Amino acid sequence: MTNATTGTGLKAREYKSGIKPVWCPGCGDFTVLGSLTKALSGLQIAPENVAIISGIGCSSRMPTYLSTYGFHGVHGRALALATGLKVARPDLTVIATGGDGDGFSIGGNHFLHTCRRNPDMTYIVMDNQVYGMTKGQASPTTEPNWEKGKLTPSGTGINPFQPLVIALASGANFIARCSSSDQNGTARTIVEAIRHPGFSLVQVLSPCVTFRPEQRDWKKLVQPAPVEATSDPARAARRLLTDKGLFTGVLFKGNRPPYQPLLEPGIDNIAELDEEFRL
Amino acid sequence: MTDNTRNPTQLIGTTEELLAYSLALEEEAVERFTELAEQMEVHNNHEVADLFYKLAEIEGKHVENVRRASRGKELPNLLAWEFDWIDQGESPEGGFLEDAHYLMQPWHAIELAKQGEQRAVAFFKHVANNATDKEVEKMARELVAEEQEHVELLEQWQERFPKPDDDWDDDLDPPTILE
Repeated sequence: MTNATTGTGLKAREYKSGIKPVWCPGCGDFTVLGSLTKALSGLQIAPENVAIISGIGCSSRMPTYLSTYGFHGVHGRALALATGLKVARPDLTVIATGGDGDGFSIGGNHFLHTCRRNPDMTYIVMDNQVYGMTKGQASPTTEPNWEKGKLTPSGTGINPFQPLVIALASGANFIARCSSSDQNGTARTIVEAIRHPGFSLVQVLSPCVTFRPEQRDWKKLVQPAPVEATSDPARAARRLLTDKGLFTGVLFKGNRPPYQPLLEPGIDNIAELDEEFRL
Repeated sequence: MTDNTRNPTQLIGTTEELLAYSLALEEEAVERFTELAEQMEVHNNHEVADLFYKLAEIEGKHVENVRRASRGKELPNLLAWEFDWIDQGESPEGGFLEDAHYLMQPWHAIELAKQGEQRAVAFFKHVANNATDKEVEKMARELVAEEQEHVELLEQWQERFPKPDDDWDDDLDPPTILE
Protein backbone atom coordinates (compact mmCIF):
# COMPACT_ATOMS: atom_id res chain seq x y z
CA MET A 1 0.00 0.00 0.00
CA THR A 2 1.00 3.55 -0.41
CA ASN A 3 -0.09 6.87 0.89
CA ALA A 4 -3.24 8.13 -0.79
CA THR A 5 -2.11 11.66 -0.21
CA THR A 6 1.62 11.90 0.10
CA GLY A 7 3.20 8.65 -0.98
CA THR A 8 4.38 7.19 -4.20
CA GLY A 9 2.27 5.16 -6.59
CA LEU A 10 -1.14 6.14 -7.93
CA LYS A 11 -2.64 9.00 -5.98
CA ALA A 12 -6.33 9.39 -5.31
CA ARG A 13 -6.72 12.21 -7.83
CA GLU A 14 -5.32 9.98 -10.58
CA TYR A 15 -8.48 7.88 -10.38
CA LYS A 16 -10.55 10.91 -11.35
CA SER A 17 -11.45 11.44 -15.00
CA GLY A 18 -11.16 15.22 -14.95
CA ILE A 19 -14.82 15.67 -15.86
CA LYS A 20 -16.38 18.10 -13.41
CA PRO A 21 -19.32 16.62 -11.51
CA VAL A 22 -22.67 18.32 -11.99
CA TRP A 23 -23.97 17.46 -8.52
CA CYS A 24 -25.30 20.31 -6.38
CA PRO A 25 -22.61 21.92 -4.21
CA GLY A 26 -22.92 20.41 -0.73
CA CYS A 27 -24.11 17.03 -2.08
CA GLY A 28 -22.65 14.10 -0.17
CA ASP A 29 -21.81 12.32 -3.42
CA PHE A 30 -18.75 14.54 -3.89
CA THR A 31 -17.33 13.13 -0.68
CA VAL A 32 -18.13 9.56 -1.71
CA LEU A 33 -16.28 10.15 -4.98
CA GLY A 34 -13.30 11.23 -2.87
CA SER A 35 -13.66 8.18 -0.62
CA LEU A 36 -13.75 5.85 -3.59
CA THR A 37 -10.64 7.34 -5.18
CA LYS A 38 -8.81 7.24 -1.86
CA ALA A 39 -9.82 3.60 -1.43
CA LEU A 40 -8.60 2.65 -4.92
CA SER A 41 -5.37 4.51 -4.28
CA GLY A 42 -5.00 2.76 -0.95
CA LEU A 43 -5.39 -0.58 -2.71
CA GLN A 44 -3.19 0.55 -5.60
CA ILE A 45 -5.38 -1.17 -8.17
CA ALA A 46 -4.58 -0.02 -11.68
CA PRO A 47 -7.57 1.92 -13.12
CA GLU A 48 -7.78 -0.48 -16.07
CA ASN A 49 -8.44 -3.32 -13.63
CA VAL A 50 -11.45 -1.61 -12.07
CA ALA A 51 -14.97 -1.35 -13.50
CA ILE A 52 -17.57 0.95 -11.96
CA ILE A 53 -21.11 0.03 -12.97
CA SER A 54 -24.18 2.14 -12.27
CA GLY A 55 -27.85 2.59 -13.07
CA ILE A 56 -29.67 5.91 -13.21
CA GLY A 57 -29.81 8.78 -10.77
CA CYS A 58 -27.56 11.53 -9.42
CA SER A 59 -25.16 9.12 -7.71
CA SER A 60 -25.20 6.82 -10.74
CA ARG A 61 -23.15 9.41 -12.58
CA MET A 62 -20.15 8.12 -10.66
CA PRO A 63 -18.47 6.19 -13.54
CA THR A 64 -18.23 9.43 -15.54
CA TYR A 65 -16.02 11.00 -12.94
CA LEU A 66 -13.53 8.16 -12.65
CA SER A 67 -10.62 7.14 -14.86
CA THR A 68 -11.44 3.45 -14.43
CA TYR A 69 -13.60 1.47 -16.82
CA GLY A 70 -17.24 2.24 -16.28
CA PHE A 71 -20.75 1.64 -17.52
CA HIS A 72 -23.61 4.04 -16.85
CA GLY A 73 -26.36 1.51 -17.40
CA VAL A 74 -30.10 1.10 -17.27
CA HIS A 75 -32.26 2.18 -14.33
CA GLY A 76 -32.09 -0.37 -11.53
CA ARG A 77 -29.90 -2.77 -13.49
CA ALA A 78 -26.47 -1.89 -12.12
CA LEU A 79 -26.21 -5.14 -10.17
CA ALA A 80 -27.32 -7.30 -13.09
CA LEU A 81 -24.69 -5.69 -15.32
CA ALA A 82 -22.04 -5.86 -12.63
CA THR A 83 -22.75 -9.52 -11.90
CA GLY A 84 -22.46 -10.38 -15.59
CA LEU A 85 -19.17 -8.56 -15.82
CA LYS A 86 -17.76 -10.15 -12.69
CA VAL A 87 -18.70 -13.63 -13.86
CA ALA A 88 -17.15 -13.03 -17.27
CA ARG A 89 -14.07 -11.22 -15.95
CA PRO A 90 -13.38 -12.42 -12.41
CA ASP A 91 -9.96 -10.77 -12.57
CA LEU A 92 -11.54 -7.28 -12.48
CA THR A 93 -12.44 -5.37 -9.35
CA VAL A 94 -16.12 -4.69 -9.97
CA ILE A 95 -17.91 -1.96 -8.02
CA ALA A 96 -21.54 -1.02 -8.51
CA THR A 97 -22.66 2.44 -7.42
CA GLY A 98 -26.04 4.12 -7.21
CA GLY A 99 -28.75 5.56 -5.07
CA ASP A 100 -31.57 4.27 -2.90
CA GLY A 101 -34.26 4.60 -5.58
CA ASP A 102 -32.22 2.93 -8.30
CA GLY A 103 -31.01 0.17 -6.00
CA PHE A 104 -33.93 -0.60 -3.73
CA SER A 105 -36.98 0.25 -5.83
CA ILE A 106 -36.37 -0.01 -9.57
CA GLY A 107 -33.54 -2.47 -8.90
CA GLY A 108 -35.00 -4.01 -5.76
CA ASN A 109 -35.36 -7.46 -7.21
CA HIS A 110 -31.80 -7.48 -8.50
CA PHE A 111 -30.66 -6.34 -5.07
CA LEU A 112 -32.27 -9.31 -3.35
CA HIS A 113 -30.88 -11.83 -5.77
CA THR A 114 -27.41 -10.34 -5.89
CA CYS A 115 -27.22 -10.64 -2.12
CA ARG A 116 -28.43 -14.22 -2.45
CA ARG A 117 -26.04 -15.03 -5.30
CA ASN A 118 -23.07 -13.42 -3.53
CA PRO A 119 -20.75 -12.49 -6.42
CA ASP A 120 -17.40 -11.08 -5.37
CA MET A 121 -18.09 -7.39 -5.85
CA THR A 122 -18.91 -4.25 -3.90
CA TYR A 123 -22.10 -2.19 -4.04
CA ILE A 124 -21.92 1.39 -2.80
CA VAL A 125 -25.36 2.92 -2.28
CA MET A 126 -25.48 6.66 -1.69
CA ASP A 127 -28.68 6.83 0.30
CA ASN A 128 -30.34 10.25 0.54
CA GLN A 129 -33.89 8.97 1.07
CA VAL A 130 -35.21 10.84 -1.95
CA TYR A 131 -35.32 10.79 -5.75
CA GLY A 132 -33.14 13.83 -6.36
CA MET A 133 -32.67 13.76 -10.12
CA THR A 134 -36.44 13.82 -10.73
CA LYS A 135 -36.91 16.71 -8.28
CA GLY A 136 -37.67 15.26 -4.93
CA GLN A 137 -40.08 12.35 -4.68
CA ALA A 138 -40.18 9.89 -1.79
CA SER A 139 -37.90 6.89 -2.31
CA PRO A 140 -38.01 3.42 -0.72
CA THR A 141 -35.93 4.61 2.24
CA THR A 142 -37.90 7.82 2.88
CA GLU A 143 -39.44 8.02 6.32
CA PRO A 144 -43.25 7.64 6.32
CA ASN A 145 -43.98 11.15 7.60
CA TRP A 146 -41.86 13.15 5.13
CA GLU A 147 -44.36 15.65 3.76
CA LYS A 148 -42.23 17.73 1.40
CA GLY A 149 -42.67 15.51 -1.62
CA LYS A 150 -45.26 16.85 -4.05
CA LEU A 151 -46.52 13.34 -4.80
CA THR A 152 -46.87 12.47 -1.12
CA PRO A 153 -47.94 15.70 0.62
CA SER A 154 -49.14 13.76 3.66
CA GLY A 155 -46.13 11.47 3.73
CA THR A 156 -45.96 8.00 2.28
CA GLY A 157 -47.44 6.46 5.41
CA ILE A 158 -45.52 3.26 4.78
CA ASN A 159 -42.52 1.79 6.46
CA PRO A 160 -39.21 2.53 4.76
CA PHE A 161 -37.18 -0.21 3.13
CA GLN A 162 -34.42 -1.44 5.45
CA PRO A 163 -31.50 -2.16 3.13
CA LEU A 164 -29.15 -3.60 5.73
CA VAL A 165 -31.79 -5.92 7.19
CA ILE A 166 -32.80 -7.10 3.72
CA ALA A 167 -29.16 -7.58 2.71
CA LEU A 168 -28.48 -9.65 5.79
CA ALA A 169 -31.58 -11.77 5.32
CA SER A 170 -30.80 -12.27 1.64
CA GLY A 171 -27.22 -13.42 2.12
CA ALA A 172 -24.88 -10.46 1.52
CA ASN A 173 -21.44 -11.33 2.84
CA PHE A 174 -20.31 -7.89 4.06
CA ILE A 175 -22.60 -5.14 5.33
CA ALA A 176 -21.56 -1.66 6.41
CA ARG A 177 -22.96 1.82 6.84
CA CYS A 178 -20.93 5.00 6.42
CA SER A 179 -21.53 8.72 6.37
CA SER A 180 -20.39 11.03 3.60
CA SER A 181 -19.37 13.46 6.34
CA ASP A 182 -16.48 11.09 7.07
CA GLN A 183 -14.56 10.78 3.80
CA ASN A 184 -11.57 8.95 5.23
CA GLY A 185 -13.64 6.55 7.32
CA THR A 186 -15.77 5.74 4.27
CA ALA A 187 -12.62 5.14 2.21
CA ARG A 188 -11.33 2.71 4.81
CA THR A 189 -14.65 0.82 4.81
CA ILE A 190 -14.70 0.63 1.01
CA VAL A 191 -11.23 -0.91 1.10
CA GLU A 192 -12.46 -3.49 3.58
CA ALA A 193 -15.55 -4.17 1.46
CA ILE A 194 -13.50 -4.69 -1.71
CA ARG A 195 -11.12 -7.03 0.07
CA HIS A 196 -13.86 -9.11 1.64
CA PRO A 197 -14.85 -12.06 -0.57
CA GLY A 198 -18.41 -12.13 -1.85
CA PHE A 199 -21.05 -9.44 -2.16
CA SER A 200 -20.33 -6.36 -0.05
CA LEU A 201 -22.95 -3.70 0.59
CA VAL A 202 -21.80 -0.26 1.74
CA GLN A 203 -24.68 2.09 2.48
CA VAL A 204 -23.45 5.67 2.63
CA LEU A 205 -25.71 8.30 4.17
CA SER A 206 -25.21 11.01 1.57
CA PRO A 207 -27.33 14.15 2.00
CA CYS A 208 -29.43 15.62 -0.80
CA VAL A 209 -28.94 19.26 0.13
CA THR A 210 -31.45 20.46 -2.46
CA PHE A 211 -34.55 18.39 -1.68
CA ARG A 212 -33.67 17.24 1.83
CA PRO A 213 -31.70 20.25 3.18
CA GLU A 214 -32.34 19.05 6.73
CA GLN A 215 -29.96 16.17 5.95
CA ARG A 216 -27.08 18.63 6.33
CA ASP A 217 -27.53 17.85 10.04
CA TRP A 218 -26.73 14.15 9.52
CA LYS A 219 -23.07 14.88 10.16
CA LYS A 220 -23.97 15.90 13.71
CA LEU A 221 -26.16 12.84 14.27
CA VAL A 222 -24.15 9.91 12.91
CA GLN A 223 -21.90 8.07 15.29
CA PRO A 224 -19.71 4.99 15.18
CA ALA A 225 -21.61 1.84 16.15
CA PRO A 226 -20.65 0.83 19.68
CA VAL A 227 -20.05 -2.77 18.58
CA GLU A 228 -17.54 -4.61 16.43
CA ALA A 229 -18.46 -6.41 13.20
CA THR A 230 -19.78 -9.92 13.67
CA SER A 231 -19.78 -12.99 11.45
CA ASP A 232 -22.92 -14.29 13.16
CA PRO A 233 -26.05 -13.33 11.18
CA ALA A 234 -28.26 -13.77 14.25
CA ARG A 235 -26.20 -11.29 16.27
CA ALA A 236 -26.11 -8.90 13.32
CA ALA A 237 -29.89 -9.13 13.03
CA ARG A 238 -30.33 -8.34 16.72
CA ARG A 239 -28.11 -5.28 16.36
CA LEU A 240 -30.11 -4.05 13.39
CA LEU A 241 -33.32 -4.30 15.38
CA THR A 242 -32.03 -1.61 17.74
CA ASP A 243 -30.39 0.45 15.03
CA LYS A 244 -31.93 3.86 14.30
CA GLY A 245 -30.14 4.12 10.98
CA LEU A 246 -27.43 6.50 12.12
CA PHE A 247 -24.79 4.11 13.45
CA THR A 248 -21.80 3.77 11.14
CA GLY A 249 -19.24 1.02 10.78
CA VAL A 250 -18.99 -2.54 9.56
CA LEU A 251 -21.91 -4.56 10.85
CA PHE A 252 -21.44 -8.00 9.34
CA LYS A 253 -18.61 -9.97 7.79
CA GLY A 254 -19.79 -13.38 6.65
CA ASN A 255 -17.85 -16.31 5.29
CA ARG A 256 -19.98 -17.65 2.45
CA PRO A 257 -17.97 -18.55 -0.66
CA PRO A 258 -18.57 -16.14 -3.55
CA TYR A 259 -20.57 -17.12 -6.60
CA GLN A 260 -18.27 -17.80 -9.51
CA PRO A 261 -19.49 -20.31 -12.10
CA LEU A 262 -16.87 -22.21 -14.02
CA LEU A 263 -16.58 -20.78 -17.47
CA GLU A 264 -16.70 -23.43 -20.12
CA PRO A 265 -14.07 -23.13 -22.82
CA GLY A 266 -15.72 -22.85 -26.18
CA ILE A 267 -15.65 -19.79 -28.35
CA ASP A 268 -12.14 -18.78 -29.31
CA ASN A 269 -12.74 -16.41 -32.20
CA ILE A 270 -15.26 -14.11 -33.84
CA ALA A 271 -16.19 -16.66 -36.52
CA GLU A 272 -17.27 -19.16 -33.88
CA LEU A 273 -19.21 -16.47 -32.05
CA ASP A 274 -20.91 -15.53 -35.31
CA GLU A 275 -21.86 -19.17 -35.77
CA GLU A 276 -23.53 -19.21 -32.36
CA PHE A 277 -25.94 -16.47 -33.43
CA ARG A 278 -26.68 -17.77 -36.92
CA LEU A 279 -30.43 -18.19 -37.48
CA MET B 1 -15.12 6.93 11.80
CA THR B 2 -11.48 7.52 12.54
CA ASP B 3 -10.37 6.50 16.01
CA ASN B 4 -10.19 9.83 17.82
CA THR B 5 -9.36 8.47 21.23
CA ARG B 6 -5.62 8.17 20.73
CA ASN B 7 -3.23 10.86 21.80
CA PRO B 8 -1.47 12.26 18.72
CA THR B 9 1.90 11.92 20.43
CA GLN B 10 1.51 8.20 19.84
CA LEU B 11 1.58 8.94 16.13
CA ILE B 12 3.67 12.09 15.92
CA GLY B 13 6.89 11.17 17.61
CA THR B 14 9.31 12.51 15.01
CA THR B 15 9.65 15.57 12.83
CA GLU B 16 9.29 13.31 9.77
CA GLU B 17 5.85 12.24 10.95
CA LEU B 18 4.89 15.83 11.66
CA LEU B 19 6.00 16.86 8.17
CA ALA B 20 3.92 14.01 6.71
CA TYR B 21 0.89 15.38 8.57
CA SER B 22 1.63 18.90 7.44
CA LEU B 23 2.02 17.79 3.82
CA ALA B 24 -1.22 15.79 3.90
CA LEU B 25 -3.04 18.77 5.40
CA GLU B 26 -1.85 21.19 2.73
CA GLU B 27 -2.40 18.76 -0.14
CA GLU B 28 -5.94 18.06 1.04
CA ALA B 29 -6.54 21.82 1.13
CA VAL B 30 -5.39 22.19 -2.49
CA GLU B 31 -7.59 19.27 -3.51
CA ARG B 32 -10.63 20.59 -1.66
CA PHE B 33 -10.40 24.20 -2.86
CA THR B 34 -9.94 22.99 -6.44
CA GLU B 35 -13.03 20.79 -6.12
CA LEU B 36 -15.03 23.68 -4.68
CA ALA B 37 -13.84 25.99 -7.46
CA GLU B 38 -14.97 23.47 -10.05
CA GLN B 39 -18.35 23.09 -8.36
CA MET B 40 -18.86 26.84 -8.44
CA GLU B 41 -17.78 27.01 -12.06
CA VAL B 42 -20.33 24.34 -13.01
CA HIS B 43 -23.02 26.35 -11.23
CA ASN B 44 -21.99 29.65 -12.84
CA ASN B 45 -20.83 31.22 -9.61
CA HIS B 46 -17.65 32.50 -11.24
CA GLU B 47 -16.68 35.07 -8.62
CA VAL B 48 -16.49 32.42 -5.90
CA ALA B 49 -14.93 29.90 -8.30
CA ASP B 50 -12.07 32.33 -8.97
CA LEU B 51 -11.64 32.86 -5.26
CA PHE B 52 -11.46 29.13 -4.56
CA TYR B 53 -8.92 28.71 -7.37
CA LYS B 54 -6.87 31.47 -5.76
CA LEU B 55 -7.07 29.72 -2.39
CA ALA B 56 -5.97 26.46 -4.03
CA GLU B 57 -3.02 28.27 -5.57
CA ILE B 58 -2.01 29.70 -2.19
CA GLU B 59 -2.28 26.27 -0.57
CA GLY B 60 -0.14 24.90 -3.40
CA LYS B 61 2.62 27.24 -2.26
CA HIS B 62 2.27 25.84 1.26
CA VAL B 63 2.69 22.34 -0.20
CA GLU B 64 5.91 23.49 -1.86
CA ASN B 65 7.11 24.94 1.45
CA VAL B 66 6.53 21.66 3.27
CA ARG B 67 8.21 19.69 0.49
CA ARG B 68 11.20 22.02 0.74
CA ALA B 69 11.37 21.50 4.50
CA SER B 70 11.15 17.74 3.93
CA ARG B 71 14.09 17.57 1.55
CA GLY B 72 16.53 14.85 2.60
CA LYS B 73 14.05 13.34 5.05
CA GLU B 74 12.11 10.15 4.54
CA LEU B 75 8.50 10.78 5.41
CA PRO B 76 6.35 7.87 6.59
CA ASN B 77 3.73 6.55 4.20
CA LEU B 78 0.31 6.82 5.78
CA LEU B 79 -3.00 6.05 4.15
CA ALA B 80 -5.58 8.84 4.25
CA TRP B 81 -7.49 7.19 7.10
CA GLU B 82 -4.36 6.43 9.10
CA PHE B 83 -3.82 10.08 9.96
CA ASP B 84 -5.17 10.92 13.38
CA TRP B 85 -6.62 14.43 13.21
CA ILE B 86 -7.61 14.29 16.90
CA ASP B 87 -11.15 15.59 16.94
CA GLN B 88 -12.28 14.76 13.43
CA GLY B 89 -11.85 12.17 10.71
CA GLU B 90 -10.86 14.71 8.10
CA SER B 91 -7.77 16.84 7.85
CA PRO B 92 -8.32 20.29 9.39
CA GLU B 93 -8.30 22.03 6.01
CA GLY B 94 -10.08 19.30 4.09
CA GLY B 95 -13.58 19.00 5.44
CA PHE B 96 -15.48 21.68 3.55
CA LEU B 97 -17.39 19.88 0.83
CA GLU B 98 -20.73 19.55 2.58
CA ASP B 99 -20.69 23.22 3.59
CA ALA B 100 -20.77 24.40 0.00
CA HIS B 101 -23.79 26.09 -1.56
CA TYR B 102 -24.27 27.22 -5.14
CA LEU B 103 -25.24 30.72 -3.99
CA MET B 104 -22.36 31.15 -1.58
CA GLN B 105 -20.53 34.46 -1.72
CA PRO B 106 -16.84 35.38 -1.43
CA TRP B 107 -17.35 36.07 2.27
CA HIS B 108 -18.47 32.46 2.79
CA ALA B 109 -15.56 31.06 0.81
CA ILE B 110 -13.07 32.96 2.94
CA GLU B 111 -14.96 31.96 6.07
CA LEU B 112 -14.56 28.28 5.13
CA ALA B 113 -10.86 28.78 4.50
CA LYS B 114 -10.48 30.68 7.78
CA GLN B 115 -12.21 27.94 9.76
CA GLY B 116 -9.86 25.41 8.18
CA GLU B 117 -6.81 27.43 9.20
CA GLN B 118 -8.23 27.80 12.72
CA ARG B 119 -8.64 24.03 12.94
CA ALA B 120 -5.04 23.67 11.73
CA VAL B 121 -3.88 26.06 14.48
CA ALA B 122 -5.74 23.98 17.06
CA PHE B 123 -4.31 20.75 15.68
CA PHE B 124 -0.67 21.85 15.70
CA LYS B 125 -1.12 23.50 19.09
CA HIS B 126 -2.37 20.18 20.45
CA VAL B 127 0.62 18.40 18.94
CA ALA B 128 3.03 20.97 20.41
CA ASN B 129 1.44 20.85 23.85
CA ASN B 130 1.60 17.05 23.95
CA ALA B 131 4.95 16.50 22.28
CA THR B 132 7.56 14.52 24.17
CA ASP B 133 10.22 15.25 21.58
CA LYS B 134 11.73 18.78 21.70
CA GLU B 135 12.21 18.98 17.93
CA VAL B 136 8.61 17.96 17.30
CA GLU B 137 7.40 20.57 19.77
CA LYS B 138 9.56 23.28 18.17
CA MET B 139 8.37 22.45 14.66
CA ALA B 140 4.73 22.21 15.78
CA ARG B 141 4.97 25.68 17.37
CA GLU B 142 6.40 27.05 14.13
CA LEU B 143 3.48 25.52 12.28
CA VAL B 144 1.05 27.06 14.78
CA ALA B 145 2.58 30.48 14.12
CA GLU B 146 2.40 29.94 10.37
CA GLU B 147 -1.25 28.83 10.42
CA GLN B 148 -2.13 31.71 12.74
CA GLU B 149 -0.61 34.09 10.23
CA HIS B 150 -2.86 32.56 7.57
CA VAL B 151 -5.90 33.11 9.82
CA GLU B 152 -5.00 36.78 10.18
CA LEU B 153 -4.41 37.23 6.45
CA LEU B 154 -7.79 35.67 5.72
CA GLU B 155 -9.47 37.92 8.29
CA GLN B 156 -8.04 40.95 6.49
CA TRP B 157 -9.12 39.57 3.13
CA GLN B 158 -12.63 38.85 4.42
CA GLU B 159 -13.04 42.47 5.54
CA ARG B 160 -13.12 43.47 1.89
CA PHE B 161 -16.46 41.71 1.50
CA PRO B 162 -19.68 42.58 3.33
CA LYS B 163 -21.12 39.84 5.53
CA PRO B 164 -24.12 38.46 3.59
CA ASP B 165 -27.63 38.88 4.95
CA ASP B 166 -29.30 35.92 6.67
CA ASP B 167 -31.38 35.18 3.58
CA TRP B 168 -28.39 34.96 1.27
CA ASP B 169 -29.39 31.45 0.15
CA ASP B 170 -32.95 32.41 -0.86
CA ASP B 171 -33.30 31.80 -4.57
CA LEU B 172 -36.32 33.49 -6.17
CA ASP B 173 -35.77 31.47 -9.32
CA PRO B 174 -34.47 28.16 -8.06
CA PRO B 175 -33.00 25.86 -10.69
CA THR B 176 -34.66 22.81 -9.19
CA ILE B 177 -38.06 24.06 -8.10
CA LEU B 178 -40.54 21.39 -7.03
CA GLU B 179 -43.29 21.06 -9.59
